Amino acid sequence: MTARRDVRVTVNGRAYTRNVEPRMLLVDFLRHECGLTGTHVGCAHGVCGACTILLDDVSIRSCLAFAVQAEGKEITTVEGLADGESPNALQRAFHENHALQCGYCTPGFLMSLTEFLRETPDPNEAQIRERLSGNLCRCTGYANIVRAVRAAARRPRDEDCAP
Amino acid sequence: MKPAPFEYFAPETAEEALALLAEYGMDARPLAGGQSLVPLINMRMAQPAVLVDLNHCCELAYLREEEKMLVSGPMTRQRELEISNTVRAHCPLIAEAVPHMGHATIRNRGTVGGSLSHADPSAELPGVAVALDAEMVADGPNGRRTVPATEFFLAELTTALEPDEVLREIRFPKAPSGSRAAFAEVGSHFGGLALVGVAARVDLDSAGRCAAVALAAIGAGERPARLSSAETVLMGEVLGEQVIAEASEAAVIDVDPLADLHATAHWRRRAVVAMTARALREIADGGEGVAEVRR
Ligand SMILES: Cc1cc2nc3c(=O)[nH]c(=O)nc-3n(C[C@H](O)[C@H](O)[C@H](O)COP(=O)(O)OP(=O)(O)OC[C@H]3O[C@@H](n4cnc5c(N)ncnc54)[C@H](O)[C@@H]3O)c2cc1C
Ligand code: FES
Ligand code: FES
Repeated sequence: MTARRDVRVTVNGRAYTRNVEPRMLLVDFLRHECGLTGTHVGCAHGVCGACTILLDDVSIRSCLAFAVQAEGKEITTVEGLADGESPNALQRAFHENHALQCGYCTPGFLMSLTEFLRETPDPNEAQIRERLSGNLCRCTGYANIVRAVRAAARRPRDEDCAP
Repeated sequence: MKPAPFEYFAPETAEEALALLAEYGMDARPLAGGQSLVPLINMRMAQPAVLVDLNHCCELAYLREEEKMLVSGPMTRQRELEISNTVRAHCPLIAEAVPHMGHATIRNRGTVGGSLSHADPSAELPGVAVALDAEMVADGPNGRRTVPATEFFLAELTTALEPDEVLREIRFPKAPSGSRAAFAEVGSHFGGLALVGVAARVDLDSAGRCAAVALAAIGAGERPARLSSAETVLMGEVLGEQVIAEASEAAVIDVDPLADLHATAHWRRRAVVAMTARALREIADGGEGVAEVRR
């Protein structure tokens, strides 16, 4: 056993303090300590992207960081995207374009794309596909995901809180 | 599988980090972006007793321009290299290579020093360092020393760093204006680890002849290989199809690939020829953009 540490983080605007072992992965902290099970674990070695979150507004794999490394930081998970009960523009675009089937990969796609659309508000197809290469989906074949990203990017900003 | 227990330290200065590494010796590992080390820990292929997290050492993350050098700290994120105008202006080869390194989310976290210290034979940045004759500055209990990139990568996942040393700074010579660069690689899918890649930098004189040439291959041996024979073929020549073909065939002289489950040694040798030709053609056409092919 190694010395446990206090970890204080803000997740989706809410403060959490938990006492954990240094070996606890950030994704397990979010799921088991904070009860935020929207962030999924697909591979636990960085390949699938299902665990993607925003750490201080930057997308990272939460299976490749330890919870203790998030001390003092702000985290956004998929639970933080919707405005109350209404999904945001990107989430609606996924829904309307049938960009998910089982949905296991979806939280990771949404978080990675949230950063992408912030940095690249008007992406071309090649940019979209390059960005999607970092997340694996075993159901959809990606075509509808590409369509959803295009739809979300086209949606006027004033129609919804931009992703 | 979950990580085995370890002791965790988050020093705020490089000095403290070095002191911890000296104290714990072989039991300790520096933790940079974690994009290679944490997968190994999660699979328990690595079980360091002590992790010295460098992410709080702000002094280790910088990108600086000197008269002749572009200087990077080890904790500078790969993403910083990708978006930096200074990098694009003075070391275009780096700018060409970095987008090939994994995915945006990986580059957000992965560091310059981590990629170079990890020394994966298929990693792009070590190939770039060897092509550009970068200077690797190691720091440890006995002080700093500079190791040329060609002597830094010793074998697969093995560098000239001692266990109590860190890679403290990476110094890339700036390219003269008008220098052209290209990075060509082949892999199973976009963003995946390269099977074979070639980094190329060529300076052309006013008559369009090769005045300086630097070529290095990755994925074709246990460490990045400088393609000196191909460089010799190109010197003083105008980059035409004939010369490019000759130089590309000469590239195999300096590589010694091993067969593994992804490809045979013969396939890798031919891929070195093909990627050398692709990079050189791109340079002949102006050296813009990133060449990527899928198998
Ligand atoms: C899905 C995925 C795809 C990837 N694709 C690619 C790819 O296509 N090309 C590619 O090149 N890489 C790829 N990578 C690896 C990635 O680039 C890593 O970021 C890089 O190899 C290691 O950098 P890091 O900062 O994450 O280091 P860490 O993982 O933190 O460390 C790696 C090793 O270096 C040591 N180390 C780190 N910093 C120092 C230092 N300053 N001094 C001494 N030792 C140090 C550590 O102790 C460890 O042994 C990929 C990774 C993933 C997860
Ligand atoms: S669970 Fe993190 S990348 Fe697959
Ligand atoms: S919807 Fe099932 S994995 Fe993507």
